Amino acid sequence: MREVTLSTTPTPEALADLALGDIVYLDGLMYTAREGVYMRALEEKANVPMELPSQSAANFHCSPAARINPDGSFEMGAVTATASFRFAKWLPDWLALSGAKLVIGKGGMRSTDYKEYFVPNGAIYLSTVGYGTGALLGRGVENVEAVHWHEELGLAQAMWVLKCKRMGPFIVASDMQGNCLFERENERISKNLHRVYEGTRPATLKRFGETDDKSEELI
Amino acid sequence: MIPISLIQKTAETLMDKAAIEIPTDYLDGLKRAAAVEDGDLSSFVLKAMLENYEAAKQDRRAMCGDTGTPRWYVKMGNEAQIQGGPVALETALRRATANATNGVPLRPNRVHPLWRTDHNNNVGIGAPEIEYGYEPDGDWIDLITVHKGGLFGTDYRMLFPSDGIQGIKRFFLDSLVAFGKRGLACQPAIIGIGLGGCKDTCMVLGKRAACLRVVGDRNVDPRIAALEQEFTELGNSIGMGAMGFVGKSMVIDTHIEVGYCHTGAMQMSVHAFCLSSRRAVARVFADGRVEYRTDPNWFTDYQRRETVDWDLPQPAEVQP
Ligand code: SF4
Repeated sequence: MREVTLSTTPTPEALADLALGDIVYLDGLMYTAREGVYMRALEEKANVPMELPSQSAANFHCSPAARINPDGSFEMGAVTATASFRFAKWLPDWLALSGAKLVIGKGGMRSTDYKEYFVPNGAIYLSTVGYGTGALLGRGVENVEAVHWHEELGLAQAMWVLKCKRMGPFIVASDMQGNCLFERENERISKNLHRVYEGTRPATLKRFGETDDKSEELI
Repeated sequence: MIPISLIQKTAETLMDKAAIEIPTDYLDGLKRAAAVEDGDLSSFVLKAMLENYEAAKQDRRAMCGDTGTPRWYVKMGNEAQIQGGPVALETALRRATANATNGVPLRPNRVHPLWRTDHNNNVGIGAPEIEYGYEPDGDWIDLITVHKGGLFGTDYRMLFPSDGIQGIKRFFLDSLVAFGKRGLACQPAIIGIGLGGCKDTCMVLGKRAACLRVVGDRNVDPRIAALEQEFTELGNSIGMGAMGFVGKSMVIDTHIEVGYCHTGAMQMSVHAFCLSSRRAVARVFADGRVEYRTDPNWFTDYQRRETVDWDLPQPAEVQP
């Protein structure tokens, strides 16, 4: 497998060079933003307290295990991504507003999301590995540069600005054509599912919202 | 009498251990899975996980940035006496949870479901959960903390006696495939299955089966023990590995716990205890000794008893 070191303000060429399944380590500034930040910036139209994307084009779907000390300094422990598909509602506007080129999180998005608004914005998706590699990722954080909006949003939803040094590993989960690594893997797995299921008995009660079609994409 | 300050101090140490030190039974299980995994992406993920546990211990930082929802299982010997009584005990555990959230640090995950109020300390209405059990002998108290992660790794289905083992298998597979796609529940995991009880007790049994039994432990009922082994193999034959990539490591071990249920029903719940299988245990004795371990040893013969009475030693004066 190929390993690549990438800047958090990557060039279009560097992004175009990445292939699904590549392992990436990041250098530069990265910020955390999830529903709290999106709602504040997009719905309440608050001014984003950073220069985006010149300072950072890397949006991490994460809440760190961290604290703010009484003297205002920060203590950062482990950092782990949170599931990204829940943010699909805000991401098209956010990518346009922030100019983010790297969306980093857990589980990826659907290929339709990639094709509709990642590709037009020149952005790709990087997945954390594991996903619980919080201690390794924490090591890649050289410094916590700032935390914004923690009073309004709480520590878990705040916008943490992290200085990364060879932070990783991450896996390239979408490319410049909008292909999706997870869908590729799901397809391969679904092909064999009928064999494992042989002889089993489906639920007697059919509830709303349940599916028996194992080839359907479930996020 | 067990001093309350000792309980709080021990509880704080446990919070730290649970968040940082992966229990060896799970670690060894994961190493075995890594040794046989041949999917290239899945193998890479398992290797990174093994490095991650080392990094966590070396740096004394939480193994995962999502430190789950801390909870307590408390078990008391029949003769245990706690300074200040049960209210003091609960206060000590709540205080330890708050202190450790700031100290380790852990992620303040707990918020009000509607108003999203965050006390930044993992304490609030009903949080942390504190559950109790008792044992016939002893003047000790067992403190067990579990920091369960995985929003996506739990499900319930109402089955019926006619569904039989094939219905149970089906729900097991349905759950694992659903949890496993894109790896949202962070496999390979310890899978706990609750069978029977009522809906709420079925969920409780399954969660305890996942979180309170160690890898390699088998149910005392030999037929259930055989099912546990069969289900582990079944889960690992789905063709899916870590993060939902092609592979064969989904399940590190399966634990099944049962409870008597309504004659017309066969409730089933499935719970995945994720890559961060965080549990830590200490026994605190009346004389001030503290013994740390990682095996909760929750499911004793007494916990699984089927009979009305349990033979207690009779006090001398009532014996004939
Ligand atoms: S489910 Fe994954 S992200 Fe959540 S606590 Fe477990 S290892 Fe961490």
